[in-house]
Amino acid sequence: MLGVALLVFREVMEAALIVSVVCAATRGLAGRGLFVAGGIGLGVAGALLVALSAAALARLASGTGQEIFNACVLLSAVALIGWHVVWMSNHGRELTQRLSGVGSAVKAGSSSLTLLLAVVAIAVLREGSEIVLFVYGMAVGGIGTAGITAGILLGMGGGALLGFVLYFGLLRIPMKHFFKVTNWMLVLLAAGLASTAARFLVQGNLLPAWGDQAWDTSWLLPNGSLTAKTLGILIGYDASPAGIQIVFYAATLLLLVTGMRLLNRGVPAKSPRAHVVPLNTLPKPSR
Amino acid sequence: MKRLLYILAPFALAVARTVAANDLPEYTLIVKNHVYQPSELKVPANTKFKIIVYNEDATPEEFESTDFNREKIVLPNSSIIVYVGPLRPGNYSFFGDFHQDTAQGRLIAE
Repeated sequence: MLGVALLVFREVMEAALIVSVVCAATRGLAGRGLFVAGGIGLGVAGALLVALSAAALARLASGTGQEIFNACVLLSAVALIGWHVVWMSNHGRELTQRLSGVGSAVKAGSSSLTLLLAVVAIAVLREGSEIVLFVYGMAVGGIGTAGITAGILLGMGGGALLGFVLYFGLLRIPMKHFFKVTNWMLVLLAAGLASTAARFLVQGNLLPAWGDQAWDTSWLLPNGSLTAKTLGILIGYDASPAGIQIVFYAATLLLLVTGMRLLNRGVPAKSPRAHVVPLNTLPKPSR
Repeated sequence: MKRLLYILAPFALAVARTVAANDLPEYTLIVKNHVYQPSELKVPANTKFKIIVYNEDATPEEFESTDFNREKIVLPNSSIIVYVGPLRPGNYSFFGDFHQDTAQGRLIAE
């Protein structure tokens, strides 16, 4: 049971961290809860589907199907987060004013919400499919239903708890800086996901490594530890990354920061009070 | 979706000139009763190589290493190929993520 709980915990934790940052970053958008729940639901369904088609996936592209699938899923998440981050650089200020004002929900975020629904779904799908395969193995291996169920519940509870801790921790950030912080967190998260995608492509021999161990900080914080895993999700920490991972990380960072800067330039600085506009005049997000 | 193109373009280019995989040294691991055989594998340092992992159990396993950063699911009665390295000389442990209490092993790169 403990083995089940531990594995489930590790997988759920990774998804929960992503979901928490995403939830915080979409604070104040109307209908957010529904979209996050929808994303989780879709992710669970997707996880079952992926686990069921694992055999077909494994045979794809002369055995590199798993790597290609993982990399594609990760890079889609990077692209989706990228869209949101760039959009937010334009609209975060309005959201801030709205939230620190009467607290009415903002309508303008539906397209951004859809993107974030997809990100949540992707995070849950990736980690969930591993849980499904693992639990299937445990069931075949003869661990009783009671043990498995208890393990799953314990692991999920623990992982979700960590997510909640992060979420409520983030909510304590002063409103003035809130979206700036969550936006930067999303940027680092996306860069880390891009780096992981590169790692999968190297593993499948689809990309050159450009130096398999660019550096090695395993002595300080080995990849296997909980802290390293948490930092791995949040900022893309890797104790011994391949050169190409660093390239992917830096390229994502550069791309998103440039996108944010370019879009932000068009918005003149306004005094906070003067900028509060009625809900229905808020600009629609540009796609 | 322009952004997606920007992200995927260098990736597509790199795939186009994939390294020839056939002349790489090859090593084999077998998972049986959730144990790796052999549990220690001598591999060349500073050279890229591939590991073939056979899973002879009736349950899925995940070949994983946090030391040399690899993870790949091995379905029951099937095999996978994982490309590793070039590694600096040293010991690198790997494990079966789904049966960590028994499925443990290490690479010795020298």
